[in-house]
Amino acid sequence: MVDNERVRFPKLKPAEPQGTHLLAVERQNASFKPEELSVYMHGQQYLDARESILNILQNDPILGDKSQRYYQGRDQRFDRAMLNAKRYAELIRQHNWNADEALIADMLIDEPNQFRLHRSMFMPTIANQGTEEQKDFFLRPAEKYQIIGCYAQTELGHGSNVQGLETTATYDPSTQSFILHSPTLTAAKWWIGGLGKAATHACVMARLITQGKDHGPHPFIVQVRSLEDHRPRNGVTVGDIGPKFGFNTVDNGFVMFDNYRIPHISMLAKFSQVVKATGEYVKPPNAKLSYGTMVFVRANIVMESRYVLARAATIAVRYAAVRSQFVDASNPKKLEGTSRTVETPVIDYNMVQYRLFPVIAQAYACFFTGREMYKMYNENQDRMAQGDYSFLADLHATSSGLKSLTTTISLAAIEQCRRACGGHGYSMFSGFGNFYQDYLPKVTWEGDNYILTQQTARYLGKTFRSVAANKGNQQLNTFSERYIQDYLSNSGARCPAQSAADFLNPEIILSAYRFRAAQMIETFVRKTDQENRTFNSMLVLVYQISRAHCQLFIVSNFLAAVFPGPTQKELPKEVLSVLRTMALLYALYTMEEELADFLCSQYLSSDQATMIKEQVVQLLGKVRPDAVALVDAFGLPDYLLNSALGDSKGEVYEKMTAMAEMEPLNHRAVHESYEEIIKPFVHAGKHLWKRDSNGIARL
Amino acid sequence: MATFNNNVPTKFPKLDPKGPAGDIVLAAERAKATFNTQELTKFMYGEEWLDRFSRVLEVIENEPAFDKSNRYYQGRNERVADAFKKDKRMVELAREKKWTDVDSQIANFLYDQSSPFSLHSGMFLPTLKNQTTDEQKKLFLEPALKHQIIGCYAQTELGHGSNVQGLETTATYINETNEFEIHSPTLTSSKWWIGGLGKAANHAIVMARLILNGKDFGPHPFCVQIRSLEDHRPLKGITVGDIGPKFGFNTVDNGFIMFDHYRIPHISFLARYAQVKQGTGEYVRPPNAKLSYGTMVFVRANIVMGVRFALAKAATIAIRYSAVRNQFVDAANPRKWENKVVETAVLDYTMQQYRMLPIIAQAYACFFTGREMLRLYNENQANMNAGNFTLLADLHASSSGLKSLCTTMAVQGIEDCRRACGGHGYSMFSGLGSFYQDYLPNVTWEGDNYVLTQQTARYLGKQFRSVAANKTKESDMNFTSGYLYEYLQNPNSKCPAVEAADFMNPEVLLNAFRFRAASMTQKLVHQLDNQGKSWNSMTVEIARVSKAHTQLVLLSNFISGLQAARSDLSSSTMQALRNMALLFGSHTLEQELADFLVSQYLSPDQAGMVKDLTLDLLSKVRPDAVALVDAFALPDYYLHSALGRYDGKVYESMTEMAEQEPLNHKLVTDSYEECIKPLVHAGKAEGRWKGEGMQAKL
Repeated sequence: MVDNERVRFPKLKPAEPQGTHLLAVERQNASFKPEELSVYMHGQQYLDARESILNILQNDPILGDKSQRYYQGRDQRFDRAMLNAKRYAELIRQHNWNADEALIADMLIDEPNQFRLHRSMFMPTIANQGTEEQKDFFLRPAEKYQIIGCYAQTELGHGSNVQGLETTATYDPSTQSFILHSPTLTAAKWWIGGLGKAATHACVMARLITQGKDHGPHPFIVQVRSLEDHRPRNGVTVGDIGPKFGFNTVDNGFVMFDNYRIPHISMLAKFSQVVKATGEYVKPPNAKLSYGTMVFVRANIVMESRYVLARAATIAVRYAAVRSQFVDASNPKKLEGTSRTVETPVIDYNMVQYRLFPVIAQAYACFFTGREMYKMYNENQDRMAQGDYSFLADLHATSSGLKSLTTTISLAAIEQCRRACGGHGYSMFSGFGNFYQDYLPKVTWEGDNYILTQQTARYLGKTFRSVAANKGNQQLNTFSERYIQDYLSNSGARCPAQSAADFLNPEIILSAYRFRAAQMIETFVRKTDQENRTFNSMLVLVYQISRAHCQLFIVSNFLAAVFPGPTQKELPKEVLSVLRTMALLYALYTMEEELADFLCSQYLSSDQATMIKEQVVQLLGKVRPDAVALVDAFGLPDYLLNSALGDSKGEVYEKMTAMAEMEPLNHRAVHESYEEIIKPFVHAGKHLWKRDSNGIARL
Repeated sequence: MATFNNNVPTKFPKLDPKGPAGDIVLAAERAKATFNTQELTKFMYGEEWLDRFSRVLEVIENEPAFDKSNRYYQGRNERVADAFKKDKRMVELAREKKWTDVDSQIANFLYDQSSPFSLHSGMFLPTLKNQTTDEQKKLFLEPALKHQIIGCYAQTELGHGSNVQGLETTATYINETNEFEIHSPTLTSSKWWIGGLGKAANHAIVMARLILNGKDFGPHPFCVQIRSLEDHRPLKGITVGDIGPKFGFNTVDNGFIMFDHYRIPHISFLARYAQVKQGTGEYVRPPNAKLSYGTMVFVRANIVMGVRFALAKAATIAIRYSAVRNQFVDAANPRKWENKVVETAVLDYTMQQYRMLPIIAQAYACFFTGREMLRLYNENQANMNAGNFTLLADLHASSSGLKSLCTTMAVQGIEDCRRACGGHGYSMFSGLGSFYQDYLPNVTWEGDNYVLTQQTARYLGKQFRSVAANKTKESDMNFTSGYLYEYLQNPNSKCPAVEAADFMNPEVLLNAFRFRAASMTQKLVHQLDNQGKSWNSMTVEIARVSKAHTQLVLLSNFISGLQAARSDLSSSTMQALRNMALLFGSHTLEQELADFLVSQYLSPDQAGMVKDLTLDLLSKVRPDAVALVDAFALPDYYLHSALGRYDGKVYESMTEMAEQEPLNHKLVTDSYEECIKPLVHAGKAEGRWKGEGMQAKL
C-alpha cells in the first residue's frame, strides 16, 4: 500500500483578467442601482425578513452547511435531509416564523425533504376540508409534528385523471368505519412525498362507497404507521418508490391497503359527509369555492417561476461576464491599463446575449404577472364572498394556462442557461444540476402542462362564442372578452408598423398579440362548430391557443406596469427605463419565438418579421451594460445559489478548484480499485520498464 | 433501538394491474402493424451485424460484471468501483472470446455506461495510432493495446474549451537536455474534464503550447507519463485528481492535472506530422492539415448514427409505455375492451402522437443520413489519397451542422419522450433519467453546438458568393452550390401546393426546404456584405441558416435513400418508411414554419395545409408505431427500463424495482430515532394517544 494523501491545488491565480475585477467593472457600468429595483419589487419589509432568515440559516450548524450536497449518494443525502427537516421544524418554533417566513427559509434551504409535504399539503388539506372537530383532532398535533403527514392521491396507474383512481373506502355502518382497499397492483398509491419512510399519517384520496353507491374520490386521514415505534400497521404495505431523476432527498412512497379499517372521523367532512349511523351521503355545497384557492396556488407558482428564472440567469450571466473565449477580431479587448489583447468575455457575443438576456426579461415578466394575479385573486375572493362569480371562470382558465406556460419556460430557461455555461455547466458545481433535477417535476405535477391547456382553450372557445353571439350589446367584463371583441370588430386588421422602431410602441405590440390569440381561438371554434373536428384531433392547436392567450396576458401586465409606470417618487427614472427595456425585450423576443403564429394570422408581414428580429438584436445591446445589475437586483444570495460559476464576487475558478478538492475520490492519492483492476495489467508490462535518473519506472 | 426485527424487506401483494394487461395490449399492437418488423431490422443492420449483436448480447447478459440491476440505486463511489470491474472484465472477455473491435463496440453499446477506461480506447489509442512515428508506436502503442499503460486525452482546460488556440499549458523544449518541460502557469491552465484521468490513467496525451527557442508554435500533442507504473502514485511535479460530481457520467473519473516544470523526454512529442529537431529545437512544419478534417467527418458520421440510437431508445420506451398506459375515456371515441368501456391508451391522443411519432421519424432520418455520410467519407478518403479534395469542404461543413443539429435534436427527443411518460418518466426506472444525464454533454463537447454552426454558415456564405458571381464552374457544382444555383435562377418562385395532399409529393417538400435554406443564406450574405453588419451581430441568424441547410440535408438523404432502397424493400415496408420521411419533412417544416413564411415561398394558407398534413400522417403512422420502434431491435438489457419493456409488463416491473430500493430493506428508517421519534412521542407526553403500543392512535 502507498501513502494516501489528499490532493491540493497549487496556489496559483487564474489567468488575467480576474473574475472579481470583471464583475466589479460590470457593476460600475450599470445605468441604475439594483438595490432600488430590489426594494421596488420586494418591498423593504420582505428584504429585511429574508436577510434576517438568511443570517440565521447561514450560521446554523446543520442548515448552514451545504458543502456536502453535491458529493453524497442517495442514502447519505436522505439521512442528511431528515436532519434538515427536523432542524427546520425546530427553527420555525424557535423564531416563531409565520407561514411566509417559513417559506422564505424553505426557499433558501433549497432542498425538498421528507417533511415538506406535511406543511405544504397535509396541514392545509385538513385546515380547508376538515370540520372543527377534525381540526382539533388532527391539525393541532400536526402543527407540532406529533403526527407527520403526507398527501396520497396519485396511483401507480393513475395521475391526471383523478376520477379514475382505484383505491376504495367503503363505509360499514355496523362498525362505523371505512374499509380502505387496493383492489389491483395499479391501485397502489405512488409518488407520495414523505410517505416512503417518514409519515405516520396520510391524507388518502379514495373512492367513497356507501350504501352500495360509488361517489368518486374523497379525502381520508389515515394512520399508516405505529406512533409507538413507526412500524407499518397491519393491512398496510408501505415503502419508498425508489430513485428518481431528482428529489432524492424525499421519500416519495407507495402504499397499499388490504381491507384496512379506519374510524368515521377519518373522512374530511367540511364539504361532503357520510351520516355516521346510516351511511347516507350528504352532497357538498358549491364546489366553485375551491377554484379560488387554485388560483392562489398558481399565482404562487408564477411568482416562484420568477425566482427560478432569476436564479438560472444569475449564475449564467455572472459566469458569462467572467468567462473569456476567443478574441473577437473586429472588436478586440485589451487588458485594462495595458495594450495586451485578451480574450473577449462571452457575454459580449451576440448569441450568448440572445440565449441569456431574454431569460432575465422572463423573470421580470413573471414578477409583474404574479403580482397582478394576487390582485385579481383578492378581488375575486371579495366578489365571491358577495355571491358574484363572474370573474372566476376567466381567472381560473388563465391561471391554468399560466401554470403550464411559466413552468415550461422556466424549465427550458434553466437548461438554456446551463448550456450557455459551456462544459462547466455540466459540473454539479455549476449549481444547475440539482436545481434542474428538482424543478423538473413541476411540468407534470399540479396539473400536467399539456392537459391544463385544455381547460384554458375550452373556456376561450366558450367565451368566443358568447362574445360573437352577443354582437357588442352586453358590457364586457373580462380580459378575454375584451380582446375577442376587439378582434371581431376588425378581423381584417393589419399591423401598421413601418420600421423596427415602431415595434417599441406598446400599443403596436399588444395589438399583434391580441389579434393572434383571438384569431387562433376563432379557428378552433370554426373547426369545432363547422368542420366537426373532434377535440382530440385539435389538441395541438389547443395547446397553442392557451400559450397565445397567456403570452398576451403576460405582455399586457408587463407593459401596463411600466408604460407609463410608477412616478419618479416611487421609482427612479433610470430604473423605470431599464424595466421598460425588459418589457420590450420580453414582448419582442417572445414574438420572434412564436413568429409562425403571427405570420399565419396574416396580421404581420414578412418584412415586419424582419424588423422584429432587428429590434431584438438592438434591445440586447441596450440590455448588455445592465445585465449583471439586472440579475443582482433579485438579490439571490450565494447560500442559495451554491454555485462556483455564479459566485457573486466572480471567484469562479478559485471555487471550482476548492470544490474539486472536496471530492471524496481526491481524499486518497490511489483509488481502492487499483490493486484489483489496474495493477495486474500494468505490472504485466514490467519487462518494458526502464529506470530514469530518479529511479522512476518508465517505458 | 428497535425492539422488533427491522430487517424485513417490503414486498408487494401478489395482485395484477388493472386490465387490459400490458403484454396483451402490446401483442395486439404488433398484430395490427402494416409491415414486417424483421425485414426492416435486417435492412438497417444487415444479417452479419445482427448475428454478432445477438452473440455478444448473450455473453454479457450472463456476465456478473455487466449486471445492471444495481445501477439506479448506487452512489458515485459504488458506481465508479463497479465501472472499474466492468473495464477489467471487458478486457478479459475481448481476449477470451477473440472479439473484434466491432464486437467490443457492441458490448460497450449494450452496457451503455462510460467507465474509467472508455477514453483509453476511445481517444488515447486512436491518437497514438494516427499521430505517432513508428518508433513511438512501438514505445507507446504496443503496451497500450495490452493495457500495460492506461491513457487519456487531455486537451480542455479549466479556462479554455472551444478555443483550442487559447490553451495555456506550455511545453518548452530544452535544447541542452533534449527534454520538454511541461508547465501550468496559472490556475485556469489546469487540464479539466479529462475522462479517465482522475483515478485510472498512468499516461495522458497532453495538448500543450509548443515553445521552441522562445517562440510559441501553439498547441501540439505529447504523450506524458503521469503516475507511477510501480504503485500508481502521481509522479513528482504533477497534481492530479478527479474534478468532482457531474450532472451525469459519474461512472467516469473526469480529471484535472497541473504540471510544475515537469520534464519529459524528446520522444514524448507525437511527431507524425510536425516535428522538433533534437538538440536545435528547430520546428518542422506538418504537411497538408486538411487530412485531419476527413477523420472529423468520420467521427461526426458516427455521432449521427449514435443519435439514431438515442432517439430510437427514447422512442421505444415512450411508445411502448404509451400503448400500455391508459388515461381518461375519450368521450367522442370510447375504447372498448372485452365489451367494456375502458380508458383510452394515451397513444391514441393526438397530442401524444404529435409529441412522440416525429421522434421515430427523426431516428430513421438520422439512419439514412449517417449511412450517406459514411459512404461519402469513404469516397472522400479515396479521393484525397488521389490528391482530389473537391468533396471535403462540403462534407466537412455539412458534418459540423449535422453534429450540432442532430445532437440537439437527440437531447430534446429524450426529454420530450421522458415528459411524454408523465409522472413515471421522472422515476429512474423509466430508463430515461440517467440516459438523459449521460447523453447531455454531447451538445457541448466535440465542438460546441452553437460554435459549430458558424463553420457551416461560413461555408454556405462562401458558396453563395461564388455561385452568385457565376464563379462556380459546372464541374465543381455540389449539393450545396446546386441548390443555391437553382434558387438564384428563380428567387421569387412560390410553392405550387394547392391542397394538403400536394405536400405528400417529396419534391414539393424538398423544394420548400431548398428555397428556405438558400433564401436565408442570401439574406445573411446581404446583411454582411451590403449592410455592414458584423459577424458577431449575426450569430443568431447564422445558427438558423446552418439549421436550415442541415435539415435540408437530412430530408434529402432520407428521400434519396428510400429511392435507392426500392429493390431491397417490400412495398409495405417501403410505405411505412415513406410515411416516416413525409412525417419528418412535414413536422420539421411545421416546427420551422416562421422561416418558410418569412422567405415568402410558403403562404399562410399553405402553412395551414402542412399542419393538416402532419395530423393526417400521425394517424397513418399510429397503427405502426410499436412496430416502428420494435424494428430498431433494442433489447431489454440495453433499455433497462420498467416502462419500455418488450413484453409491456410495466407495472409489475415498476413494483419489482421498487422492492430493490435499499430504503425498503428495513421497515423503519435509520433516522427514526433521532429525527422522528422525539417529535411524535411528545404527543404521548401531551396525552393525545389512545391505546397502547402498536395500537396507539390519536
